[in-house]
Amino acid sequence: MKEFNIVVTGIGGQGSLTLAMVIAEAAMKQGYDVKTTELHGLAQRGGTIPCHIRFGDKIYSPLVLEGEANLIIGLEPLEALRACYYGSKKHKTVFIIDTHRVLPLNVSVLGEKYPSIKEIEKDLKPFSSKVITLSASSIVYKETGDVLATNIYLLGYAVSKKLIPLKEKYILEGIEEITPKRYFETNKKIFELGMKYKS
Amino acid sequence: MQKILLDIPGQKIILMGNEAIVRGALEAGIGFSSTYPGTPASEIGDTFAEIAKDAGIYFEYSTNEKVALEAAAGAALSGVRSLVSFKQFGLNVASDSVMPLAYVGTRAGMVIVVADDPSCWSSAQSEQDSRFYARLAHLPMLEPCSAQECKDFVKIAFEISEKFEIPVFVRTTTRVSHARGIVKLGKIVKGKTKGKFVKDLKKFNNLPPNTMRMHEELLKKIDKIKDYSRKMKLNFVVNNVKSKFGIITSGVSFDYVMDSLTDMKLKIPILRLGMTYPLDNEIIKNFIRKLKSILVVEELEPIIENEVNSIVKEVNPKLKIYGKQNGYVPKSGEYTEEIIIDALEKITKKKYNLNLKAHRKEYQKIKIARRFPLMCPGCQHRATFYAVKTVMGNDTVFGGDIGCYTLGILLPLETQDFIFSMGASEGLIHGIKKMSNQKAVAFIGDSTFFHAGIPALINMVYNKSNSFVIILDNRITAMTGHQPNPGMGKTGMGEDTKALSIEEIVKACGVDDVKVVDPFNLKEIMDAVKELMNKEGVSVLISKRECQLLAYRKKIKQGIKVVKFEIDQTKCKQAGVCLYKLACPALYKENGRFYINKNICTGCGVCVQVCPNKAIRAMIK
Repeated sequence: MKEFNIVVTGIGGQGSLTLAMVIAEAAMKQGYDVKTTELHGLAQRGGTIPCHIRFGDKIYSPLVLEGEANLIIGLEPLEALRACYYGSKKHKTVFIIDTHRVLPLNVSVLGEKYPSIKEIEKDLKPFSSKVITLSASSIVYKETGDVLATNIYLLGYAVSKKLIPLKEKYILEGIEEITPKRYFETNKKIFELGMKYKS
Repeated sequence: MQKILLDIPGQKIILMGNEAIVRGALEAGIGFSSTYPGTPASEIGDTFAEIAKDAGIYFEYSTNEKVALEAAAGAALSGVRSLVSFKQFGLNVASDSVMPLAYVGTRAGMVIVVADDPSCWSSAQSEQDSRFYARLAHLPMLEPCSAQECKDFVKIAFEISEKFEIPVFVRTTTRVSHARGIVKLGKIVKGKTKGKFVKDLKKFNNLPPNTMRMHEELLKKIDKIKDYSRKMKLNFVVNNVKSKFGIITSGVSFDYVMDSLTDMKLKIPILRLGMTYPLDNEIIKNFIRKLKSILVVEELEPIIENEVNSIVKEVNPKLKIYGKQNGYVPKSGEYTEEIIIDALEKITKKKYNLNLKAHRKEYQKIKIARRFPLMCPGCQHRATFYAVKTVMGNDTVFGGDIGCYTLGILLPLETQDFIFSMGASEGLIHGIKKMSNQKAVAFIGDSTFFHAGIPALINMVYNKSNSFVIILDNRITAMTGHQPNPGMGKTGMGEDTKALSIEEIVKACGVDDVKVVDPFNLKEIMDAVKELMNKEGVSVLISKRECQLLAYRKKIKQGIKVVKFEIDQTKCKQAGVCLYKLACPALYKENGRFYINKNICTGCGVCVQVCPNKAIRAMIK
């Protein structure tokens, strides 16, 4: 495979970085070259955290080129919309978005508009072949009493729907390698739940 | 065991560029490392902090970058291999000692890692290009483009350093420091961890007229290193095909160039420069000799481009150079593949299969609510800013400084009227107060105070300033990822040490009016501000409490229940003070009503104190 490009986006604390690292680990285990990049420091404090993951036979740039993403995982709907330019019809980009909204202060304080999920889906149309929205975080919350494993749930979903060309076995190994040992069983369960999601 | 200490040569693991730098140092037999944290370099120090004990080496967070550099130089002069790391502004601080160090040289290998931040993702001050320092100091500079090269180049840097008794720069940028990639491990080498400083005035005495002799010797060294770089193949040609057009590039730009050529189905020779100082003129001459045109791709300043320009006259005066000077690639901001494709489309007239301009037009049509970086939910700096602004008023000059509290510049707090460099709040406020009668206050964090705030405070006292300073003491260096500092009683290796009292230091600097308050008690802090703001002379308020993010995480980890807050909708009269004046990110407004997001509330209770209608209460369940 020449290359597969993923952008994972969300806000600080939602686990976009962990998700990126799990995918990268799995890609290496499956024999691919892999690069990722993320931002730290000032950019991290409550701001947007887009992580790029690229894998394939030989990868140079750690950044996904505009329009070249194969998959965009949005842990927050507005942030998924903000990452729209990484997607395109040409590359048949698929968006997977958790519908739980975290309102930025610019919406609460300055009255900037937070679009509805329907509007976001419409806006993303020109940049995708498919936009999938699901309320993963509420399922995860019901299951674990916390929303933290939403990233792993979405990964399970993506793997089962073959939206990411990595084997379940390697993803699970990646989860084991990257996430804290004490959460492995929970994460595994959430991953499998994500795989069973019926749309 | 930590992944980075795996001693299985040949094994492949994924490392961040910053981690790979540490691995490279371990494979080069390092014994000493120091740093002052600064993003995008922070994880170099953090990784050393994690592994130093197990690896049997010494590591420290120094009080500032100049001290860090001097300590590393001391180790290298004692025969122990050392590495010092910092971000670009850290090199500004350290530069005063870099210059004489270049003349004096080293004994064991010494590597200086400097991380630049094109696009200022994590840097508030400027978009400086640290490559100039290599030229200013006459020190060799290597520029890796990936995690694998971070490891390899650090090893090569140690080799060059030791061979020529000269410190060597390894310069990264954000997309090298903060990019992960597969790294093939080599063998970890146990280097010296104890040394001895052997006196040698012939080598170390840099008083004039020796200074000039040392300058001459340094220039000769640099010429030899140029020859050596050729031997080491640090600069090389990729895609050695017949062509009239070529590309010269370095650092992560090389990766963008490689991908652009693949995506545009072009085969063009590339000269990749791994050592950007001293530049190997010969390889550049050979590369450009038969070309009609070249594109120079480097982030930030046109340093390579200008040097190539000066070589051209001699070997190929008709060569057309595309670069920053004629606007084919930008002079500021980080590069991306889009930028290279754009330049290649203009030069080669070949089109990439996606019209990026049209694509851009399409997405720029969508208006997306902005989400700025913020101080965390429950951050005590917000409480301090709220209290100070309420008491002193909007017309106060708020001196800003470097740390999480820099974010106080944003709406609605707006309590950082300027931000210069570490410790600068005090110097500027002193000057402003000397020349005006305005109300003013300098805000400075604990780590920043230790770093560069003490001389400025002494200056205030010495020069009879009429200034008010607030030290935002959150008991840690928070912005860069919670590194210990001299106020905490812990070293970078996790050992107990003396915890320096900021209050005692302030008093020792000659300040008589000092008060310590808890920022979560708004009445207490407001009373103290009222008392100190109009005092004659220098007064200091220390707003002291452990970083709330850290305190909250600790509680969660220990299973301690955090009492969170909610808004009693029957009492809330939509005054909006909580959201519009305090603006904690846990607060939000939906359909005209105010709420607290319980998922992110950290239970600080400050919003309870600002509500005029007593509508905020602890959550019942």
